[in-house]
Amino acid sequence: MPRVVSVFLPTLATDRIRRADPSISAETPVVVVSRSGSKRTVAAIDAAAFRAGVRIGMPAAKAQAMISGLHLVDADPNGDTAAIERLALWMLRQYTPVVAMDGPDGIVMDTEGADHLRGGELPMLTGLVNALRGHGLRAHGAIADTWGSAHAIARATRREVIIVPVGETAKAVVNLPISSLRLPPDIVSGLGVLGFRTVGELSATPRAPLTLRFGPEVGRRLDQMFGRLAEPIDPIRTADLIEVIKSFSEPIGAAETIAKYIGKLVVELCAALETRGQGVRRADLIVYRVDNTLQSVRAGTAKPVRDIPHLTKLLCSSIEKIDPGFGIEKLSLTATMIEPFEEKQCISSLVEETIVDVTPLLDSLGNRGQRMYRLAPVESDVPERNVGRVSPVSEKLGQAWPTRWPRPSRMLAHPERIEVIALTPDHPPASMTWRGKRRRIKRGDGPERVFGEWWVRSSEMEAVRDYYSVEDEDGNRFWVYRSGDGVDPATGTAKWFLHGIYG
Amino acid sequence: MPITAANPVISELQNRIRRLEGGAARKGEVLSFGIAEIDAKLPGGGLARGALHEVAGGGADAVHGAAAALFVAGIVARTKGDVLWCLTRPDLFAPALAQAGLHHDRVIYVEADREEDVLTNFEEGLRFGGLGAVVAELVRLPMTASRRLQLAAEASGTIGIALRRWRRPTEAADFGQPTAATTRWRISVLPSEPLPVPGIGRARWLAELIRARAGEAAEFEIGACDATGRISLSPHARDGQDQARRSQHFG
Repeated sequence: MPRVVSVFLPTLATDRIRRADPSISAETPVVVVSRSGSKRTVAAIDAAAFRAGVRIGMPAAKAQAMISGLHLVDADPNGDTAAIERLALWMLRQYTPVVAMDGPDGIVMDTEGADHLRGGELPMLTGLVNALRGHGLRAHGAIADTWGSAHAIARATRREVIIVPVGETAKAVVNLPISSLRLPPDIVSGLGVLGFRTVGELSATPRAPLTLRFGPEVGRRLDQMFGRLAEPIDPIRTADLIEVIKSFSEPIGAAETIAKYIGKLVVELCAALETRGQGVRRADLIVYRVDNTLQSVRAGTAKPVRDIPHLTKLLCSSIEKIDPGFGIEKLSLTATMIEPFEEKQCISSLVEETIVDVTPLLDSLGNRGQRMYRLAPVESDVPERNVGRVSPVSEKLGQAWPTRWPRPSRMLAHPERIEVIALTPDHPPASMTWRGKRRRIKRGDGPERVFGEWWVRSSEMEAVRDYYSVEDEDGNRFWVYRSGDGVDPATGTAKWFLHGIYG
Repeated sequence: MPITAANPVISELQNRIRRLEGGAARKGEVLSFGIAEIDAKLPGGGLARGALHEVAGGGADAVHGAAAALFVAGIVARTKGDVLWCLTRPDLFAPALAQAGLHHDRVIYVEADREEDVLTNFEEGLRFGGLGAVVAELVRLPMTASRRLQLAAEASGTIGIALRRWRRPTEAADFGQPTAATTRWRISVLPSEPLPVPGIGRARWLAELIRARAGEAAEFEIGACDATGRISLSPHARDGQDQARRSQHFG
């Protein structure tokens, strides 16, 4: 069962104009005008123009007469299509192997089995909409079980992000207007004349009279929306994507056969990459089944790769996820993301110590959705900000943390309140109670004063933490701190917290 | 080995046993602690590379695993190459590991959501073969899983350390269950070395070698890892001997 993401860009044309010319103020209404002969009509408007009363389809002269200071631009449908295509290619590289353009103002993609790499469907979709907004594009996103329903929901709703749970498509679409069914305008108006308003009403009507009156299109769109009829998303391809295809005269299905052909495709792909001097960062295998549905497998690598066994192993590791159904009629392998491949001469292992490249291991772990990182120093005195995550393949910097004070090996995610008896201002606690257990402190070291960072948070302007290492009777050692310097109340609340546990 | 020289039959048998045991017990393929008292208790004179080892914290440390983690960090700091550290709870503080000699550039953390994924990552890391060591923080280590891990470690020659860590002290009873690990350690904290001035001295641990394949159980009082990952036999114990000797001298 696919999970389809539909992204709707309602104001793409005007957003592009604003992007190209940042001097247009947010209040100025922007209107795009299309010409046919001598007739000039409004083709697209932005939110400001909508508030001013301009509507799509209105004569341009009327809009100009209504509002002064209107920013009128001629329509550029080819430019809009190119922009959508660029966005679709970007999503193809970032999100999932199956991405296609959906009409002049939207993009559709199948994210089945790809959302876990982005932390689930909600973070993925929210991140996508936010990324588009960051580029100055207003976007609505919806995830549903079918292309038809995701398309309709993304366009009918005012919410920016909507996720329809698996199997609840029918419930989500019954109240949508029939105009969201992707039917030609004359059929929609004809249905309107007959009194149909919503998808639910239409789907409850006997099919035969509808087909007799309007042709098979109505039934087909309804079936596609409810998932009774498969609607494959034909993934977008451009000339600069390297794609190798193997079609079968007899459908294949056995796992060994699939693995065999994956191996052959990888050899072809690597040969094609070699002629260009490139290595692959993302390779997508698309499986076309005889029942007109498709599945995809993506292999991502941390570095550009042209290693045939490694790539084959990565792709074959997810063979069990491929459901061949009644058989596979076509396999296509695409290098979605390529980067220049760096070839290095190997010096004899007698001269220098061989450094083992761990990226194949990282790739195979990464393709199973594990989070991998190295920790690196960050310029900060506040302990929780002192450590940052970097990519496991990033450059090794070699710098380290200052080693003057011993540091605890385990840090609590959030400092925990403790009850403490201590002499102010500068003595370590004499006893502390943490998680209901009272401990008598035998030894203590400190304080190590950590100042707040006002450039990070204004509330830390005067904040101070005094850190102490303490050891109880049994030898358990803790890293505790008092908020504030113990004298000036402006520096903190003088409450005590436990932050880490020493080994 | 005096017996070996004396009796060729026994030496032949010993060789044959060594071959049967696989690469694990062969000499030179061990990571020694560099402390004669500890290495003498371990077959081959150290922790076998290409084998699975188990380390857990004792007492309150069974939950936090702070001392056990540092002990492990000290061991893997003395290996070469990258270290894979598989975990579910990301609460390790890298500066502390760096202070135990494990440079942060060498450690690749693999964070999983589920315990089973940690086992899979652990095994995959061991099987890969190009790493200095693979560490995994595990709550449960079933016999079958540990046998797979041991075989993976033997095949690649990578040292694998299962850092056992529980969510509740009561769960630590699981540590009694048999596993295929070559050695099994329990690290508990001891009060630190007394200093002549107020303050905390070098941390001390009680390292219990609970199980060693082809070896005996033992326990040591050790001083925590220094900046190169080396532990020391507790100077406290040696102080006692020195004291005794000194008193003899004066007496």
